[in-house]
Amino acid sequence: MTTSAQTSRETLVRAIAEGQRHQRGALLPILHEVMEECGYVDSADIPVIADVLNLSVAEVHGVVSFYHDFATTPPADHTVSLCRAEACQSVGGQSLFIEAQTRASSGAWGESVAVQEVFCLGNCALGPAGTIDGKLYGRLDSERLDVLVAERRTS
Amino acid sequence: MNAELTKVRIFVPCDAAAVSVGAEEVAQILAALPGSTVVRNGSRGMLWAEPLVEVETPRGRVGYANVTPEDATSVLAEGWGALDQLAIGVVDEHPWLVDQERVTCARVGVVDPASITDYDEHGGWAGLRRALSMPPSEVVAEVTASGVRGRGGAGFPAGIKWRTVMEQDAALKFVCCNFDEGDSGTFADRMVVEGDPFTLIEGMIIAAYAVGASEGYIYVRSEYPHAIRALRRAIDAAYTNGYLGQSVLGHQFTFDLHVRVGAGAYICGEESSMLDSLEGKRGEVRAKPPIPAISGLFGQPTVVNNVLTLCTIPMILAEGGAAYAAHGVGRSLGTQVFQLAGNVAKGGLVELPFGVPLRDLIEGYAEGTRTGRPVRAVQIGGPLGAYLPTSSFDVAMDYESLAEADAMLGHGGIVVFDDTVEMAQMARFAMEFCAAESCGKCTPCRIGSVRGVETIDRIIAGDNVRANLTLLDDLCDTMTKGSLCAMGGLTPMPVQSALRHWPEDFDRTQQEATP
Repeated sequence: MTTSAQTSRETLVRAIAEGQRHQRGALLPILHEVMEECGYVDSADIPVIADVLNLSVAEVHGVVSFYHDFATTPPADHTVSLCRAEACQSVGGQSLFIEAQTRASSGAWGESVAVQEVFCLGNCALGPAGTIDGKLYGRLDSERLDVLVAERRTS
Repeated sequence: MNAELTKVRIFVPCDAAAVSVGAEEVAQILAALPGSTVVRNGSRGMLWAEPLVEVETPRGRVGYANVTPEDATSVLAEGWGALDQLAIGVVDEHPWLVDQERVTCARVGVVDPASITDYDEHGGWAGLRRALSMPPSEVVAEVTASGVRGRGGAGFPAGIKWRTVMEQDAALKFVCCNFDEGDSGTFADRMVVEGDPFTLIEGMIIAAYAVGASEGYIYVRSEYPHAIRALRRAIDAAYTNGYLGQSVLGHQFTFDLHVRVGAGAYICGEESSMLDSLEGKRGEVRAKPPIPAISGLFGQPTVVNNVLTLCTIPMILAEGGAAYAAHGVGRSLGTQVFQLAGNVAKGGLVELPFGVPLRDLIEGYAEGTRTGRPVRAVQIGGPLGAYLPTSSFDVAMDYESLAEADAMLGHGGIVVFDDTVEMAQMARFAMEFCAAESCGKCTPCRIGSVRGVETIDRIIAGDNVRANLTLLDDLCDTMTKGSLCAMGGLTPMPVQSALRHWPEDFDRTQQEATP
């Protein structure tokens, strides 16, 4: 990252933090907005947020690292999240997850498709459930996943 | 007559489950049908029929099940006759719905969740209006009389919790709604909020009035973006119409309501973790006492209730506590919203009085497995709930009967598995999930879950099975008795129930020795 890009990111993150700091318990809303705007929470964002909220860097780091949602590296171009919880396991969710991991790592879906596990999307009667770039799908199988990932990549 | 009013209304659910199987595309196509207008309702709970399209007729709302975008296109070309094969008749008269007793979910799937007018026309705000005409202590007494117990899983009487908060002398009190519905096999909170968000708002306003709170927070999990949108839209409408903010409906009572989004931590469904998370901290469990009713959010007296508990409050205030208590059995009064999930032929949401036999739900409503194979196991109450075999299917679904069967109702989720399930793997998963989601504050949960995975792996591999089974029992005992909250304390429940009912899945050496 260039110095000017660093400066502009710092300005953006500081503006986000300043904009939300009036709320009670503002740290999670701030981190969500940073995720929304920047795609991930960079280690350089943490001291900026800590400064605005008058928290220690350790406190902010502790919160970022506690929650699964707060990624600390840039996201892949496309993210497939598949449910590994019990209800989806009962209809083949586990093998679908393993198969998707194989597909992604072998490059069958092309470059930069990440497969993540998730525990429950609340779609437990229509499993296996998953999301592709945040859009929820039910009754998934590996053929349908192939089609949907291909659609996403060309859209 | 207004042209809009003469148009035939077509209902296509906006519920996330319906959308996950194509409802959005179906709605977009049907929007082009002349002489009609598409309403995006919640789901009726017949998730097996989604996308379920309903058409208003003089007979009532007629349903078409599992409508695909191609089906919708054929309606444009040929009319509804093209879908005769998919017709299921008048939805309100459908056998799956007709015997349910919808109290908490009465409006879900029926109303337009985006319309505050529709809510009003379907009996909304009646509970709030009556509550505001009574002294707060009488509102609390009405909730106590109803016998309604916390629907999050613990089953604590809501009236007693409210009275404790009401009796605290504090300038600032909070009402928090726990909408961190993370248990696998549960989706009732999501469906109620997506289909009828004003009921939750009304329930929270009543709670705030009763206990003297001025601020409310709804803590919703980030996995529920549809519900978050529905809530934010409904809260905006409630502010615009004078139900929220300063002097609610002209009364000397101010209540502000906020939505807060979680960040993918199962443990934040535990109420004290949720409070820490709302405060902007790591979602770590707090030691009790003090209880949140005395020292909760930011150390202030706080009501923490589940979505379904709060969504039941408007009906209790509108019709009286006694009317609610007339449902149910023993100390489990009222209705329970059951969720049929996993390997079921017909999954969805079933609201019935407490005490219904498990068999009625599995064989009557779910109609067995989706794969068509025999049922082997059923997990009740989420990932911390017990696995039960088919021989337990006569158990009554209420708090006390399930406790007697060494199981628990939890949030009412029921996950069905067919005969291909390997119970040692499910036991291992319970420990794996606990290891992944433990907040890490107490040792039995943080380390016990990791040791549990290792020990079950050795058992599955046939390594010193007897000794490792003894070790696993000992570990479960330590977690049950020594953990700070229900996460570590109840993870042994699925493990030990699997061991108790399916010992053959664990003891490979014994299995092989038996001819």
